[in-house]
Amino acid sequence: MRSSVTIKNIEVEKALVSSRASILFAVACLFVLALFGRFFQLQVIEHEVFSLRSDENRIRVAPLTPPRGLIFDRNGRLLAENVTASSLGVIPEKVGSLEATVQDLKGLLNLKESDLESFAKNLQRPRTPGESVEIIDSLSDRQLAILAVNRHIKKGLEVSSRLVRNYPLAELTAHAVGSVRRITQNDLRTLEKNRYRGTRFVGRRGVEAFYEDRLMGQVGFQTIETDAHGRIKKVIDKQQAVVGKDLHMYLDAELQVAAYNALGNFRGAVVAIEPETGGILAMVSKPGYDPNTFVTGFSETEFEEIKNSVSKPFFNRAAEGQYAPGSTFKPIVGLGGISFGLMDWDTIIDDRGTFSLPGRDRVYRDWAWTPKNPGGQGKVDLRRAIYRSSNIYFYDVASRMDIGRLAKFTEQFGYGKKLISDFPSVVTGLVPNEEWKLNSRAEKWYQGDSVNLGIGQGDLLVTPVQVAYLAATIANRGELVDLRMVKSTPKSASVDAREYSDIRSRQVTGLTPLDWERMAEAMEDVVHLGGQGYGNNGTAWAYIGQNIPYRMAGKSGTAQVVEISQGEEYDEDVLSEFERKHAWFMAFAPTHDPKIALAVLVENGGGGSSVAGPIARKIIDSYLVKDLYADKSEYSARFQSGPADLL
Amino acid sequence: MSSVSGADMTLFYDQLGRMTIGLGILVLAAQAPPSIYLRWAVGFYLLGIFLLILVIFFGVKVKGSQRWLDFYGLFRFQPSELVKITVPMGLAWYLQNKQIPLRSKHVWISLILVILPVSLIYAQPDLGTSILVAGAGLSVLFLAGISWRWILSASAFVAITLPLFWAFAMTGNQKQRVVTLLSGPEADPLGTGWNIMQSTTAIGSGGLLGKGLGKGTQSHLDFLPEAQTDFIIAVIAEEFGLIGVSVLLALYIAVLARALYLAVTSESTFVRLFGGALSMTFFFYFGVNIAMVSGLLPVVGVPLPLISYGGSSVVTLLLCFGMIMSMRFHKAW
Repeated sequence: MRSSVTIKNIEVEKALVSSRASILFAVACLFVLALFGRFFQLQVIEHEVFSLRSDENRIRVAPLTPPRGLIFDRNGRLLAENVTASSLGVIPEKVGSLEATVQDLKGLLNLKESDLESFAKNLQRPRTPGESVEIIDSLSDRQLAILAVNRHIKKGLEVSSRLVRNYPLAELTAHAVGSVRRITQNDLRTLEKNRYRGTRFVGRRGVEAFYEDRLMGQVGFQTIETDAHGRIKKVIDKQQAVVGKDLHMYLDAELQVAAYNALGNFRGAVVAIEPETGGILAMVSKPGYDPNTFVTGFSETEFEEIKNSVSKPFFNRAAEGQYAPGSTFKPIVGLGGISFGLMDWDTIIDDRGTFSLPGRDRVYRDWAWTPKNPGGQGKVDLRRAIYRSSNIYFYDVASRMDIGRLAKFTEQFGYGKKLISDFPSVVTGLVPNEEWKLNSRAEKWYQGDSVNLGIGQGDLLVTPVQVAYLAATIANRGELVDLRMVKSTPKSASVDAREYSDIRSRQVTGLTPLDWERMAEAMEDVVHLGGQGYGNNGTAWAYIGQNIPYRMAGKSGTAQVVEISQGEEYDEDVLSEFERKHAWFMAFAPTHDPKIALAVLVENGGGGSSVAGPIARKIIDSYLVKDLYADKSEYSARFQSGPADLL
Repeated sequence: MSSVSGADMTLFYDQLGRMTIGLGILVLAAQAPPSIYLRWAVGFYLLGIFLLILVIFFGVKVKGSQRWLDFYGLFRFQPSELVKITVPMGLAWYLQNKQIPLRSKHVWISLILVILPVSLIYAQPDLGTSILVAGAGLSVLFLAGISWRWILSASAFVAITLPLFWAFAMTGNQKQRVVTLLSGPEADPLGTGWNIMQSTTAIGSGGLLGKGLGKGTQSHLDFLPEAQTDFIIAVIAEEFGLIGVSVLLALYIAVLARALYLAVTSESTFVRLFGGALSMTFFFYFGVNIAMVSGLLPVVGVPLPLISYGGSSVVTLLLCFGMIMSMRFHKAW
C-alpha cells in the first residue's frame, strides 16, 4: 500500500503537514496563553476577592448558646430545668426524592400540616448543598422510637439535639414561674440580635420574663472552620458562653400544689405571702395551662382554642385579675374610721338590716336581707361588725368619711399599685376618688358612692395579690413589706438594682399597735368565734372554724358581678354561671405569729365563707400542719410521681 | 500527584495500578511498528463503530449516561475511549493517498467518517468525549491539507446552524451549563453555578504561590466538587498557585511540541496525519479541561490528562503516547 503520489508531491505534502502542524501548535500556544491569562486574572488580579470568598466559605462564627439558668423553689425543688430535645432535619441532596421522603415522614411520624409548612419555609432559606433542613424541631419519644425502627428511610435524615426548657410541674406553676416562648419576628425587633443568636426561646411570662436577662446568661461565640456539609472541622477561636444564673424563688412547691388542688374545678386564684419577708409562697391561677407546650409547640388551632376559651387559661388571675373586693375591704374601712377618729372600738351602731342616707329614698341592705327577713346584726361595734360582716356598720362609717382621705388611706395598703417588684404585671387595680370619677365618668362623687365603697362594691377594683397583701399587712400589724417572687442573691453589678433593694419596711400611718391587735382578733373571731347561737357566730366559723389546731384570722368577701336592682332578691338559680358572685377569703395564721397570709378568689363561686373559706383553710392546713392529714405520706408520694397524677 | 485527598490512600493505589497497566500498554504500543496500525486501521475503525452501536443496545447506564459495555461482570469498557484513537486512525488511512488539495468528495467522506462516531457518542450522551473525537478527526483533515475555503465555509455553516443545534440537539442539562457559563456562576450559586463558583474560588484563593501542598481548604473541606477527577486543576491552582499552574502548562506545551514534532518528521503520510491528530487529542484534553474548570468553557466532563483520577483516559492517553513513540522508533519506515 505504498502511496501513489510522486516524490515531488511527497515533499510538498510533507511541507504542508509541517506548516499545518505549526499552525495547530501556534493555536495551542495561543490557547494556553489565554488559559494563563485567565489564571493570572483569577490568582493575581482577583486574588483578594477569591481569598475572602474561600474564607467565607469555610469560616463561620457560630453562637454558643448558654444553658438557661434553672429555677428552684424555696426548698430546692426544680421548677424550670433544661432537657435535651431532638430535632429532625432532612438533607435534600441525600434523600432520593424529597417529596416521597416528606410523605413517608408525614405518615410515619404523624406530621401536622404546620410542620410541613414550616419545612417548606426552611427549604427556601439559603444554605450550602448537604446542609440539613429542619422538619421537626422537637421529636417526641414515640417519634424517636419510630425513626429508630424504620431504618430504611434514614438516608438523608439527621437527628440533632439541643437543650430546651422543661417545667416539671407544668400547669401547677405555670403562672408563677411563667414560661419561655419561641422568639418571633416581632421579638427580634426588640431583642439584642447577637445575644439571641442560637437561642430560639425567650422568657415571656412570669418570673421567666422578669429575670430574662439573668436567666439568659451571656452568649459565647466560636469561630469554626466547616466543610461544605456544615460539619465542624476545626475551632479557630472560642469565647465561652456564660451560663445563665439560677433563681431561687420564695415559692413553696408543695404549697403551690396544695393551693392548685384546693381550688378544685373552680376558676379562681390563690396568692400566699410569707408575712415576714414579703416572699410569694404560692401563686395559682386556674385554669392553668401547660407551659411546656410553648416549647414543644402548639398547632395554630390549639393555640387559638386555648387563647379564646371562655375560661382564659393564659390569664393570670392572681396578678392581673381585677375584681371588686367585697367585704374583704371592710377591715380597711374600719381601720380608716379609727385612724380618722370617726369612731373608736367601743362605738356601737344599731344594725336593723337597712341603711339610708338622710333625705334619700335609696335603701342599702345587709347581706343577710331577704324580702321576708330584713336581717340586721343588732348592736354592733367594730369587732362584731368585722366578725359578723355587718354591712350597715360600714355603710354608716363610709358615709361619714371624706372620700379623698379614704382613698389615700386605702392606697397605703398597696391598692391601686403594682405590688410584686419582680413580676411582670402592669395591672394596678383601681381606687376611685372624686378626681377619678370626674375624669372618667364626668360625674361628681356622690355620698352613695362612698356608701357602696364601704362594703367593697362600686368602682373599687383589686387583684388577689393586693388582697393577700392586705392580709399580710394586718398579719404584720401594719408593717408594709415589699412583695417579691425571687430571693435575693449576692450583689452583682450587672443586675437590676430593684432585685437587691433590701426588704424595705414602712408602716401604715395613724394607728396604734393596739388597733392592729384588735383588728387581728376581730378577724380571728370570723373563724374561731362559734357556739354563740344563730346570728352570733363568726361568719366563717361554721365552715372552717371547727377542729382547727392553730389560730387563724380571716375575712370573707362576696363580690357582686351584676347589679341587683332595688327590692329584688339575688337568686343564684336564675343567674347564669358567669353572673354569680365572686367568692373571696383572705386569712393569715397563726394569728399571733403569722407564717402565712393569703387570699383566695373563686370566680362566680358564690359565698365567700362557704366556698372560698374552706379552700383557704385547706391551703393553710397543708402549710402549717404538715402531719394534719393521715394521707399526708400518700400526698407526698403523689407529688414526687409528677404533676400529671395530681390532676 | 494523582491523589490529593491524602486521607484516602486507596485512591492513590487504584491510580497507581492503572498507571502501571497504562505504561505496560505504552511499552507494547511503542514496540509495534506503525505499519501494523496502518494495516489494521480500517478494522479498528469499524470495530469502534461496531462497539458504539453495541452500547446503544447493550450498554450499561451510569448516572443517566449509557456509555459502558459490561463483559459479564468481568470488566467494564467504554468504547468511546477506543474511538478517540480509531477515528483519527481510520481517517489518516483514508486520506494518506489523496491528492492535495483535497477534493470535495474526499472531504465529504471524511466528514461522514467523523460525524458518525461523534453522533453516536453525543447521543449517549457524552459531550466531552464527542468533542475530543471530533477534534481528533478534524485535526487529521486539517493536517491533510483541507483548503482554507472549506474551513471558512464550514465555520460559517456551523455558526448558522448553532441555534438549530441549541434548539433540537442539546439536552436541558447541557444548555444549563452553557447558560451558567454565559450568565456567570453567581446567577445560581447553589445550583448549576456551584461547581464553577467553587473551582474559581479555589483557583483565585491560591494566588501566586498557592496555599501549600495539602493545605487547600476548598478541596479538603469538600467545597470543590470532583476534586480528584475533572476539577483537579483547581486543587493544583489552590495549593501551588499560579507558579504551579504555569509549570504544568509549560510541561503540557512541551509534551505537545515534542509529540507534534515526532509526528510531522515521519516519512509516512499516514503516521504524520495519525500522529499529529493524537498529539492534538492530548491538547484538546488539557485545553478543554482547564478552560472548563477556570470558567472559560461550559462544564463538559473532560479529565485533566495524566493527572485526573480515573482509568479510561489514562490508558487511552498512554496508548496514544506509545503509538507516537513507535513512530519515533520506526522513523525510517
